[in-house]
Amino acid sequence: MEILVCVKRVPDTWENEIEINRDGADIKREDMVYSVNEWDNYAVEEAIRIRERVGGSVTVVSVGDKESEEVLRREMAMGANKGILARDEAFKGCDGRGIAAILKAVVEKGSYDLVLTGVQSDSGAAQVSGMLAAMLDWPFASIVNQIEVMGERTLKVGREIAGGNQEMNEITLPCVLSIQTGINEPRYVGIRRIRKMAEVEIPEYGASDLGLSAESVGESSVRVKVKDYFVPMLGEGAEMLKGSQEDVVEKLIELLKSKGGIKS
Amino acid sequence: MSRQMFSYILHKDGVVDDTALEMVTAAKKLDPESSNTAIVMGAGEGLDSVCREAACFYSEVWKIDNEALFYPNAEMVRMLLGRIIPRGAIVLMPHEHFGMDLGPGLSIKLDSAYLADVVDLEGMEGAFLNVVRQEYNGQVNTRVACDISAGVVITLRPGSFEADEPEAALGLVVDESSEALEGVTPEVRRRFLGVVEAEIGDVDITKADVLVSVGRGIENKDNLSIIFDLAKAMGGEVSCSRPIVDSNWLEKSRQVGTSGQTVKPKVYMWRWGLVDRFNTWEVLRGIPS
Repeated sequence: MEILVCVKRVPDTWENEIEINRDGADIKREDMVYSVNEWDNYAVEEAIRIRERVGGSVTVVSVGDKESEEVLRREMAMGANKGILARDEAFKGCDGRGIAAILKAVVEKGSYDLVLTGVQSDSGAAQVSGMLAAMLDWPFASIVNQIEVMGERTLKVGREIAGGNQEMNEITLPCVLSIQTGINEPRYVGIRRIRKMAEVEIPEYGASDLGLSAESVGESSVRVKVKDYFVPMLGEGAEMLKGSQEDVVEKLIELLKSKGGIKS
Repeated sequence: MSRQMFSYILHKDGVVDDTALEMVTAAKKLDPESSNTAIVMGAGEGLDSVCREAACFYSEVWKIDNEALFYPNAEMVRMLLGRIIPRGAIVLMPHEHFGMDLGPGLSIKLDSAYLADVVDLEGMEGAFLNVVRQEYNGQVNTRVACDISAGVVITLRPGSFEADEPEAALGLVVDESSEALEGVTPEVRRRFLGVVEAEIGDVDITKADVLVSVGRGIENKDNLSIIFDLAKAMGGEVSCSRPIVDSNWLEKSRQVGTSGQTVKPKVYMWRWGLVDRFNTWEVLRGIPS
């Protein structure tokens, strides 16, 4: 099976406390630790496991700048056969729809049976995979936490739904799936393996390689744009307890008891 | 502005989901002048009672009744909505497992913009709608401007728009089944097989009055004993966020959040830290302050 996995280099929300810069135009990016989007890493692991079972190859693609190569190399060290970087000045400032349009062009340049993405990334929109599927007119399933290859052209997939339940579906190939964390346990990638990938050439596709006009994907096509960032205001009904740790604990217990939260 | 608005109504076992009323609030905030039509899709006996219930707070309800919609398959629903929703419309739906499946692709089919997981609506500025979302695992809020001149599909975070007491709308139920389905062969590229119910664990966190919730900050499995000791001292149960379940440190039945349990404890204790804020607000929806 020929599998394409879409990956993104994102600020690591586990390693960094996200702060906003002075004018609110962006988050503070100095000294930020970046890594592969967590969901995407599970998607790559899943693709590798499918290849191990049924054969084929795994390609990882990222739309981004030169630095995105680092996550492609990491995922290749994990076991992906090939990496592709979609990079062009014209791609800058794209919204989700623009990214999906670029990925559609990448998909059409190859010959893939299955496209995987993470459920969501740093913007938390969970949008690119569903848009990509609709643009390709391929069937789609989101929040996938189980994949079984049933035959040449069919997968059985489990979707995570409310209450911890799982919705089972049969889906025909080619299709697009967005992968949920916990679907597998991504393998450890040693630094030596990553170093080995340092010299591997990663092909770059620009707008003209992909047959995309600047108007169709660039800033002018953008319909959704971030205006600014801000920290949520402290809501009404919140009370900050101040004082030494002992005082705070005592006040908290008193409050919880008086409001019936805990029994004495 | 005055453009057509549509709300996709979730329902289960003949009962309308709470988010149906939240979308009424959101639509009023978006534009009190616009009409807002509820779309109810499904099959079987319960569907009429769902439509009647929706008509209590929507002035118009479109019913689409077909066997193939007995279990909502987003692939099928998306195709049908693409046939009946006029271009340029505003389409609202909740940001949960069905909306996430349906919404992004629907925006492509309708050639409209897409706004995901919106927590607040700030109003129009020319052709642009300003909304509030969250990024980086809920660590920051962001104000987003969206050009909606060609329409927009918006998924709303459940619990973000407080449902008002429904006004008695006495809405009209219109059967749109034939418009939606005429000449359509039901979608076969994705077929629903069934639902695997979650295993019931040894605790029911949905019934606990006191919950001590643990997330990634606990760092390793051995440290979990601290949380169990604390929960015991407080007379409560331990709940957890998704990464703890992903790591197989605790069973799925203890997971809170969109894909876990919605809980209503009197006391919910967690570390207001780097991560898990999204889940936390999602978990706590519906808890009286």
